[in-house]
Amino acid sequence: MLKVVVRRLLVMPFLLLGIVTATFLLAQFTKGNPLISIIGARNLDNAEIVAAAKARWGLDGSVPERYATYVWNLAHGDLGTSFRTKQPVLTDLAQRLPATLELVICAMIIGAVGGIVLAIVSAEFKNTFADHLARLVALLGSCLPVFWLGLIALFLFTVQTQMLPGPGRLDIRAVPPPAVTGFMLVDTLLAGNWGAFVDALRHLVLPALVLGWSVMGIITRMVRASMLDVLGQDYITMARAKGAGRLRVLIHHALANALIPALTILGFTFAYLITGSVLVETIFSWPGIGSYAVDAARSLDYPAITGVTIIGGLGFLIANLLTDIAYAVADPRMREAG
Amino acid sequence: MSQPLLDIRGLAVTIPTRDGERAAVSNVDFTVDRGEVVGLVGESGSGKSLSMLAVMGLLPRQLHVSGSIRFDGVEICGAPERRMRSLRGRRIAMVFQDPMTALNPVKTIGAQITETIRLHNPTLSRAEVKARALALLEIVAIPAPERRFEQYPHEFSGGMRQRVVIAIAIANDPDLLIADEPTTALDVTIQAQIMEIFARLREERGMAVVLITHDLGLVAGLADRMSVLYAGRVAERGPVGPVFAAPRHPYTAGLLAAVPSIDDVAERLYAIPGTPPSLGDRPEACTFAPRCDFAVPLCRTSEPALTRVGSALVACHRAGELSLSDLPRKGT
Repeated sequence: MLKVVVRRLLVMPFLLLGIVTATFLLAQFTKGNPLISIIGARNLDNAEIVAAAKARWGLDGSVPERYATYVWNLAHGDLGTSFRTKQPVLTDLAQRLPATLELVICAMIIGAVGGIVLAIVSAEFKNTFADHLARLVALLGSCLPVFWLGLIALFLFTVQTQMLPGPGRLDIRAVPPPAVTGFMLVDTLLAGNWGAFVDALRHLVLPALVLGWSVMGIITRMVRASMLDVLGQDYITMARAKGAGRLRVLIHHALANALIPALTILGFTFAYLITGSVLVETIFSWPGIGSYAVDAARSLDYPAITGVTIIGGLGFLIANLLTDIAYAVADPRMREAG
Repeated sequence: MSQPLLDIRGLAVTIPTRDGERAAVSNVDFTVDRGEVVGLVGESGSGKSLSMLAVMGLLPRQLHVSGSIRFDGVEICGAPERRMRSLRGRRIAMVFQDPMTALNPVKTIGAQITETIRLHNPTLSRAEVKARALALLEIVAIPAPERRFEQYPHEFSGGMRQRVVIAIAIANDPDLLIADEPTTALDVTIQAQIMEIFARLREERGMAVVLITHDLGLVAGLADRMSVLYAGRVAERGPVGPVFAAPRHPYTAGLLAAVPSIDDVAERLYAIPGTPPSLGDRPEACTFAPRCDFAVPLCRTSEPALTRVGSALVACHRAGELSLSDLPRKGT
């Protein structure tokens, strides 16, 4: 197992290089002029300013030259400076990634727990009303567009009933706690500010629910299929023949096996959410990677775009690695396998 | 005589199909006394396993069970799940056909044995449970039980896994052990070892065993009585000796004839002609008639009832008149 992990880690830089190259090239071939966002459209006629800006932002070389510079800097941990925020991309990402991770982790917990519970109900009561209802609930989350769900949720819970706060991570009037981890829930607790913690939690509910529901469908579907497969196995009958109760058989015996094939989809979903939370972040004004990516794309902010892509790619690679490790933990047959 | 340990009367199992309910098992009577080994013999699909899963209350919900199943004098057919759960694994246990699939691949052997002990003895301490589980591994002759305890099923061979399955089944000293083709998936040498374990358990613990099998050799070696099922109905039942010596039902005779023997110089093995009827194709007549060499018009119009012939009960219209012990050896 350790060998697999080491091998994966060694391959990772090369995969990342591939991702970087592809993104770099795609950005170069996009029509549009990043200088507009750097110096403004009015200054484009001023050759002096344009030349100075090009030199300042490294846009004066040929594409291969710029690529070489970028990769060289990247290898030294420098992702460049954002055209838009004028800050190092790494700093931008470090500020925004925790917000996205906080949202994604909560959404993932909701999606996974909800999806697994729905899958268990629908597998146990296959082809009954409960099964159909569970699958409908799961399917709706996948079918309804996230932006629509987000707006409806805001309308119902914030505007109409005022049960939950609107967009953002904290009340606008609130003073944010000192950023230690960047995770609002953790930082508020570290600051000992219980009121702010509750406020942050209340802000998280809607975006996390909407995002979690959107991935519940695929999780339910996968886990249900593998639960049905597992429930037909002899060892399930055997567990019942031992005198185990229905719930024990379902959770202890069936789910432990059914989750193994579902691990892949759980890992994949998590990685997908890191960059896939764009719409939800936009609607809920969540200051995460997703909204950063949208802004970067709008202004052709090459370094920022590539930076986000690297985060997304890294997310997939890490999720894959974690999935493999999770496989080994969950399935004893995988442990010895090289 | 005291009441039998297991007393099944008029058991029927119906399966819903697109063409309506089909009887997979009908009107089966079956008894097992304490400490007795009863062979339940028949081809695949004859309803052997279904009947015994019905006893355990483990049939899928869609299947409908009717009739009477009395265990130790108490009716358990249709009993609430809670009551069945306290019987399963404690008083009635089961050994499955394929040891490769009967154990949970993600749980250690130890966890799987201790589970059944703990489920029915919640007051035992961890150490007591483990000691009992290790003792069980020794009873089924698994070497190095301490080490094996922590291992997973995939680290065991088929024969060793079946020993574990048996250890789990006997963990709570059940009164009745249902063994569903316990050696079918195993090598011949392993088969003998497993059957030896069964013989010993019965000897030492007075456990009653229902041996579901299509291997008449196993029945001859271990069972006291046998029931032959054909197409979901009892064809013949009686003490093993007399039935082997003088089968009264043409199907039983056919099965016995199909067992190859060393002395047999016949060039071809005997096979009963034809195939068992499918679920939807079971007439209200003798189900064996279409394959029977001795069928008369009556066999095709009315279903024979079980009648006593000698020491056996036989469901054949011609049971009294036929002499079948020398039927098959056609080649000689």
